[in-house]
Amino acid sequence: MALLEMKGICKGFSGVKVLQGVDLQVSGGEVVALLGENGAGKSTLMKILTGVYVADAGQIAIDGETVPIKAIHDAQNLGIEMIYQELNLFPNLSVAENFLIGHEDEFRTLGFVNYPLLYKKVAETMATLNLNRDPKELLGGLSVGEQQLVEIGKALQKDVRFLIMDEPTSALSRAETERLFEIVRSLKDKGVGIIYISHRLEELFTVADRVTVLRDGQFIATVKTEETTERELVALMVGRDIEERYPHVETTPTEIVLRAEQLSTQFVHEVSLEVKAGEIVGLGGLMGSGRTEVARALSGIDALKSGQIILEGRKLSLRTPIDAIRSGIALVTEDRKNEGLHLPFTIRENLALPTLDGRSRWGLIARQEERENAEHWVKQLRVKTPTIEQAVQNLSGGNQQKVVIGKWLACNPKLLIMDEPTRGVDVGAKQEIYQLMNQLKSEGKAVLLISSDLPELLGMSDRVYVMHEGVIMGELLSGEMEQEAFMRLATGGEV
Amino acid sequence: MERIIKTIKRYHLGPTIGLFILIFILSFATAKFFTFGNLRNVALQISVNALIAVGMTFVILTAGIDLSVGSTLALSAALASQLMVGHVSPWLAVIAALAFGGLAGALNGFFVAYAGLAPFIVTLGTMTLFRGMTEIYTNGMPIFNLPQEFAKFGTGTFLEIPIPVWVMALVFITAWVVLHRTIAGRRIYAIGGNERVSFLAGVPVKRYLLSVYVVSGILASLAGIILASRLGSAEPTAGVGYELDAITAVVLGGTSLAGGEGTLVGTLIGALILGIIDNGLNLLNVNSFYQDAVKGLIILAAIMLDRKKSSAR
Repeated sequence: MALLEMKGICKGFSGVKVLQGVDLQVSGGEVVALLGENGAGKSTLMKILTGVYVADAGQIAIDGETVPIKAIHDAQNLGIEMIYQELNLFPNLSVAENFLIGHEDEFRTLGFVNYPLLYKKVAETMATLNLNRDPKELLGGLSVGEQQLVEIGKALQKDVRFLIMDEPTSALSRAETERLFEIVRSLKDKGVGIIYISHRLEELFTVADRVTVLRDGQFIATVKTEETTERELVALMVGRDIEERYPHVETTPTEIVLRAEQLSTQFVHEVSLEVKAGEIVGLGGLMGSGRTEVARALSGIDALKSGQIILEGRKLSLRTPIDAIRSGIALVTEDRKNEGLHLPFTIRENLALPTLDGRSRWGLIARQEERENAEHWVKQLRVKTPTIEQAVQNLSGGNQQKVVIGKWLACNPKLLIMDEPTRGVDVGAKQEIYQLMNQLKSEGKAVLLISSDLPELLGMSDRVYVMHEGVIMGELLSGEMEQEAFMRLATGGEV
Repeated sequence: MERIIKTIKRYHLGPTIGLFILIFILSFATAKFFTFGNLRNVALQISVNALIAVGMTFVILTAGIDLSVGSTLALSAALASQLMVGHVSPWLAVIAALAFGGLAGALNGFFVAYAGLAPFIVTLGTMTLFRGMTEIYTNGMPIFNLPQEFAKFGTGTFLEIPIPVWVMALVFITAWVVLHRTIAGRRIYAIGGNERVSFLAGVPVKRYLLSVYVVSGILASLAGIILASRLGSAEPTAGVGYELDAITAVVLGGTSLAGGEGTLVGTLIGALILGIIDNGLNLLNVNSFYQDAVKGLIILAAIMLDRKKSSAR
């Protein structure tokens, strides 16, 4: 079996050392997880392996023989492929055409595309991935999980010896994740060496044989998954021991802040729930169960067909997000890049957007107050940035998320809905967000938490409502927070 | 001072350099260029385009486009002129024409914001519609014999500066304050930057989209009134192709067609560059066939300079 070794890899960008002597080994038929916080150097290391960057020092060897990787096609010729976290697909083309791009030569007959051959080949590849779709279908019509499978299929079109997967499950449902793991296992059996990057620790124990941990551009350790624990991995990653992954504070929830009665929209059916002051209430379910749609109904995005929303005893009629914000309901959306932030705009501008109205005189922006608002939340939420004039696109995922949360806290909401607040956020920032949620809870705010990270949902919430196909199937109280009970409800079964 | 330099560096490095190179070359190439009389002339020449370009900046900042401005200009000018010929007071006629411009913009805005149609298509349609309406309204003939009082608006001066230049300055300063100092302005940038994020943050997106087209319509109408007043007549073919000049000025000024990025100062610089090129080529007696080609090359060069800066950032 082939053995890939990276030894003493160093890389700097304009004087900043991003990697300092990192080692990584993966052999054929093995899954090595690469673990580290954002900024630890994982992606730079992978970009060196795939030829996007050239290392300043260090060697890459396959089977003991040094291989020069100076460009992307060098890596490809060696059978090294990478599946990026962000999908690189064309939603406007058919599934088969997506396979065609980059492999035109194989399907060219007299200068024309040989569609019958293409469809046949693609159907074969899709069958091996258990993807039951017509190759002629538009890619955009597939679920994110299915698109991820297409991306994997594309990588497998070539003769792959080493496959890098960057956060492949971040957008997948549980069932899709299971399917992905099966594919990973079958690739392993075929002798492919896999480097697997993920922030979901529990996943690594299912899928990986060994874990290599990086921190601040340095190699920290490589451990066998069967000989380690989540707690040890976290400690290796952050460099200190984190006592509780999901810190919990005790409060006595008092009056009801939000009461939703029999809400129905296009997507959800007769949803009733309550959130009290000083309480974090979870709303869970599988992908597509209607969790996010409940949040959308509560924040004036989706129109109600029937039912009512009562906030602090007052019945609301929400026609747009403006109504919800004015009434005191804020939504931290799940899609930070497309729904939460103006990426090229500064931190100051992003933090001010929903609250511009409240600080105006004659329609003019109160610039001093705008700056103070930004300084306040940057400090309060410990956003790591040199200045409030920094464009948010230059911040790490965790800091971007803090800006989104700050933007909504600035509205001083009565109810804060957080949809996937820690997606794509590293462990350190996650902890800070958890502490912030607990702080809000202690201050008597009502928080509705939506998360597909099950341990997080069960760990942080005081109670959890579980949804399945647009309906609330049941509620788990504090003593009943078991993953099994959750899954029974989430898949439509009884408690 | 430091802040001004910073702003120039960030947004208008290419156009500013281009502008200074042009002024520098022309000052040496012809003695007539750097005189008060000529510079005043340039300012007067660009006033019509600059007014349209200010409105266009509002629209482009929201990632839209307004192709109907040239036709709106012609129809407003014809409307005001016909009213005056019919002995309506010039002030009333001007106000009516401006109101019409706003209405024309509202029509564009309605289709874009509330019907959700693509700005390019909507304004391409209304461009043709308004042009046709102008021809019907004027029967294809220019409208002459405008009152003396009205002619002063376009040809008169105040403190040695032509009145259209004062109008341009006033509009420019007002628009600058709106875009860079008010909540409305910030929201216009926000919508262009990311409409979805803005909507979720409680920005009344549709209302703002409608209003930028209203602004564009009113300013196009104002430009039409100035043009008619200067020429002493309203031509049914007035303003053909003006939408492209305005878009050129906006883009030259560093505003992104994708929305959310750009400044009004940039637009003014863009309009100045276009005006100075025309003026300089005339002063140098360049054959008019060559003028367009040279102008095109200069525009491409200026935009390339700007690109280089953006990618280096």
